[in-house]
Amino acid sequence: MNHTARLRSSLRSRAETEAARLPPLLARAEHLAGTVLLGEHGRRRAGMGDDFWQYRPVQPGDERRQIDWRRSARSDSQYVRQREWQIAQSVGIWVDNAAAMGFASDKALPAKSDRARLLALAVAILLNRAGERVGLAGADLPPRRGEAQMMRLAEALIRDGEDDYGRPQAAGLATHGRALFISDFLGDIGAVRNALTAAADRGVKGVLLQVLDPAEEAFPYRGRTIFESMGGTLSHETLKASELRERYQARLSARKAELRALCTGTGWQYGLHHTSESAQSALLWLYRAFDAGTGPGTGAGR
Amino acid sequence: MTLGAIGFTAPWLLLALAALPLLWLLLRAVPPAPVRRRFPGVALLLGLRDDDSVTDRTPWWLLLLRMLALAALITGLAGPVLNPERDEAAQTGPMLIVLDGSWASARDWPAKEALIGTLLDDAARAARPVAFLRLTAPEPPVFRTADAWRGQLAETAGPAPWEPTPRMMADAAGMLGDETFETRWLSDGLAREGRAALLAALRAHGSVTVHESPAPILALRPARVTDGALELTALRARPGGAREITVEAHGRDPSGTPRVLATLPLAFAQGETGAAGALLLLPAELRARLSRFEIAGQRHAGAVSLTDDGLKRREVALIAGREDREGLELLSPLHYLKRALEPTADLLDGALADILPANPDVIVLADVARLSGAEQAGLLDWAEAGGLLVRFAGPRLAASDVSRSEEAPLMPVRLRAGGRSVGGTMSWGEPKTLAPFPEKSPFSGLAVPDDVTVSAQVIAQPDPTLAERVIAQLSDGTPLVTRKRIGAGQVVLFHVTANAEWSSLPLSGLFVQMLERLAVSSAVAPPDPGEVEGTTWQPVQVLDASGKLTDAGTLPGVDGAALIKGPVGPGLPPGLYEGPDRWLALNVVTKDTEFAPVAWPAGTAVTGLAKPAATPLGGWLMAAALVLLCADIAAALALSGRLWPARAAALLLAALLAVPQPGAAQGRDKALEAALDVVLAHVLTGNARVDETAQAGLRGLGETLAFRTSVEPAPPAGVDLETDELAVYPLLYWPVTPNQPIPSAEAYVKLNAYLRTGGLILFDTRDADIAGYGAASPNGQKLQRLARPLDIPPLEPVPPDHVLTRTFYLLRGFPRPLRRPSDLGRGRAGGCRAGRGDAVSQPQRQRHPGADRRQRLGGGLGHRRGRQPALPGGPRLCRRASARDRLPLRRQPGDARADRQLQIRSGACAGAA
Repeated sequence: MNHTARLRSSLRSRAETEAARLPPLLARAEHLAGTVLLGEHGRRRAGMGDDFWQYRPVQPGDERRQIDWRRSARSDSQYVRQREWQIAQSVGIWVDNAAAMGFASDKALPAKSDRARLLALAVAILLNRAGERVGLAGADLPPRRGEAQMMRLAEALIRDGEDDYGRPQAAGLATHGRALFISDFLGDIGAVRNALTAAADRGVKGVLLQVLDPAEEAFPYRGRTIFESMGGTLSHETLKASELRERYQARLSARKAELRALCTGTGWQYGLHHTSESAQSALLWLYRAFDAGTGPGTGAGR
Repeated sequence: MTLGAIGFTAPWLLLALAALPLLWLLLRAVPPAPVRRRFPGVALLLGLRDDDSVTDRTPWWLLLLRMLALAALITGLAGPVLNPERDEAAQTGPMLIVLDGSWASARDWPAKEALIGTLLDDAARAARPVAFLRLTAPEPPVFRTADAWRGQLAETAGPAPWEPTPRMMADAAGMLGDETFETRWLSDGLAREGRAALLAALRAHGSVTVHESPAPILALRPARVTDGALELTALRARPGGAREITVEAHGRDPSGTPRVLATLPLAFAQGETGAAGALLLLPAELRARLSRFEIAGQRHAGAVSLTDDGLKRREVALIAGREDREGLELLSPLHYLKRALEPTADLLDGALADILPANPDVIVLADVARLSGAEQAGLLDWAEAGGLLVRFAGPRLAASDVSRSEEAPLMPVRLRAGGRSVGGTMSWGEPKTLAPFPEKSPFSGLAVPDDVTVSAQVIAQPDPTLAERVIAQLSDGTPLVTRKRIGAGQVVLFHVTANAEWSSLPLSGLFVQMLERLAVSSAVAPPDPGEVEGTTWQPVQVLDASGKLTDAGTLPGVDGAALIKGPVGPGLPPGLYEGPDRWLALNVVTKDTEFAPVAWPAGTAVTGLAKPAATPLGGWLMAAALVLLCADIAAALALSGRLWPARAAALLLAALLAVPQPGAAQGRDKALEAALDVVLAHVLTGNARVDETAQAGLRGLGETLAFRTSVEPAPPAGVDLETDELAVYPLLYWPVTPNQPIPSAEAYVKLNAYLRTGGLILFDTRDADIAGYGAASPNGQKLQRLARPLDIPPLEPVPPDHVLTRTFYLLRGFPRPLRRPSDLGRGRAGGCRAGRGDAVSQPQRQRHPGADRRQRLGGGLGHRRGRQPALPGGPRLCRRASARDRLPLRRQPGDARADRQLQIRSGACAGAA
């Protein structure tokens, strides 16, 4: 009884805390998304949809009932009315919520997880406005549309995980859908490789955004230090931390190169974002990446 | 434990030096404590190995530096002391503390007491038995534990108001027994016969260390009267540099309050041991009231010289029966008396009724026959209280029927009518000469010159009492001078005139001698030993070693001869003795006393009164260790490449701070500092507690000012009126204590200049809680004495439209004492309005139990709570307004005119406790 009550109360207090965080995250994401809405988000090709796209001369193979008689009556040739292709894509988002993402080297900098969630939600909002269905990778939240989905997304995003390092999940991604993985990717690279390979197998293309703290790039440490992972499961002791800097940076760039190679191999796009940079530029890049990825024949950023 | 010239108080700590090699290993092996950091990138670090070659290779010189620092630390903690032979802990066995215990020791008694306390502490720690031997009262030393002596130091070791005689020293040397002990001799620094022998005797028992103060002993010889002026001579034991001292003449004022009646600066010239000066122009009234002279600031019996009758000039009133013969000086009945008395006595002239209230010592009636009833009653009262009435016969007395049939109260004998005339042209016989004086007569022993003749006189009636009343007679047995005692006084009748009409007596030297013997003129000469042989003198007041006069109580009387011969000793304390008909002062220092500093034989360890001068080296070693450690930090940083400019600067700064500031920096020019800022000042009184209170009070005042106004004073300063520049201080707070020294004349010149240029002095008698307004309390009296030489105009009550009521804080009422006339300094009330002239000064007086309470003004000053303030600025300001805070405010430049008004401040906080 007592235990249950305590559990309930702690659940309640946690819920309150989360609820308090939710509106700001949504609001910030909306705000961020508002700055990036640069124009229509059409597929820019003919297809299934509601909006008019173009009239084109009838070609062999067109069914007769496809001919737009009103347009054809104004000229000698016959035209077919095409609508813009407005297929709704399913986008699965995976945001690393592991403990490692909670790192911020400076009080003035946001934690990596903070930035990652913000970007993810902002992208989700943008995609939602563009008519895509957005959900979370994994079985938690299947892709849907609408404002309610945004709320659910935000709710799901602010949950903290307990692992030290996150493992990307390819499960739950719609076949031939799109995906967005945001993480620091400092953990086991094998999990990333597996996820990406599995996604590519299912025809899923997407974006891999690596979010890093500046300290993780610069490694500004000196002296005898015991480095511990955020969850405390890993530790490494050194007598002269500054001696490690170059080797660490070499390893980090190797990791980046590996990720990039992985993305190239699977047709994904790789992006790197630092928490010291502005979120807007990252969002812009993400938006463009999605846009380019969905647009036919436009290979920019691949 | 000693090591060469260095001893250690905690030698066991040196064992820690053995741990240094261990430390060497530790310092090499143990890396610095790790820093724990959360870092997600640790996943990438896993498996990276440290480069072993750079971790622990500390250079040998850095290790040496650290070792040195630690060695210095350990050695410093072990308490190294230079001069190991003076180390207390090193000595064992009994300790004998020998004290001179003389009056000359009294001045340094507090320091000596502290030293004895230290010695006892050390002895207690080392479990050494201690004994005391006081040379002024030698008793066989009894060795007891050190703790047993505590609490009775004053009785066992306190100074006595005399000095050890050679006999006492010899006695002391004989009492030493045959134990072995270490001796500490607390000497007073004066050479004395018998010291060498005692020192030798003490050395036979063990080592001897002498403690004596290097400050020279000052003493004052008894005052002498030379040509009507008081001559004072001060002595010092050691010729030194030029030095000025002040001699204070203490006595009672007309109201009977003891006070300093006069001060006399004396100057020792370079290399001289004596300084003499004369108190001229001291009115006889004042001189008669002198009770002692004292060198200011020397608290021992040798600096006090008691006065007795010897200094007093008698006041003699001369009254003649006929005053109407102008121009005939030689025939004036008073001419010869005046000539005889003028050099030694003060003469009063006037009507008898006017003179009697002045209470002269002697009244001379020359040929005065009839006295009015009131005059006679007054004279009788005066004579019974101890007055000496001297009457001279003359034609009027002879012609009157005074004391004819029965003896008049103011005549020693009955007189026959008419008198007699011998040896004249109309009478038979030769003029009579004087017979030798009878033995009981006060004139006995005076030589009778042959040429003194008497040609006319009044004749005494033969009465039963006549024989005992005659104190001089003619060769034929006729009484010439008769005397009768009236109460404590007496009446003496010269049966001849006071001029040369009836006899040649007034022309002779005998006349003067007779007057002297009658104590008409001053009784100067000290009595001969023979004269006082067998008489008993009762001590009235005795002097203790510290120069304080106390009532003698039930001390037994002493023999007169011993009193005259001296010296002072256990049975004969210095003081004031009352004899058969006079008082005699017995002083520690007589007119023949000479001093010399003691010359200890070579090889005697002589130190000051401070704790035996072991030079502790611990502090220096610790400082060295600190410096070395600082250098180590710098070196360690430099080695690891982290000696950034900022850190280097910080290190350098720390090192600079660690370097002791040279003394010159601390002694920055006080006046300069005061001139740079607003500095409130208080006069140093010499009383540490009062000075501290004043300092604290002024600091509190400064804080209040800074809090409430734009004035932000620097910390207050204590001002020595003699040496410090005053012009830089806006306010001088002068707490009055009864025994603070009166500033010198030069200081008063400065003070007056300070006042004239707009300075403000705030006197605080600090007795509002116990005294009313005026000079009733000791502080009030002291204030009057302090303020007398100040150039202060008469005071007035504060008018209702005074600036105090119209400054920034509005006041409707003053505390009670401000509403009435004051008598600051002059004892005058009312008078012209102060503050009208330009050169008006601002002494302010407040009466306050403690300056530190100045912030807690009650509601009596300023606006009471609840009353609507007249100032629109706001009730809070008004309510909290403190008139006291306003004083320094007003001193700031600005409202110069209002500044120059004169205030009296009193009793504002009487109840604020």
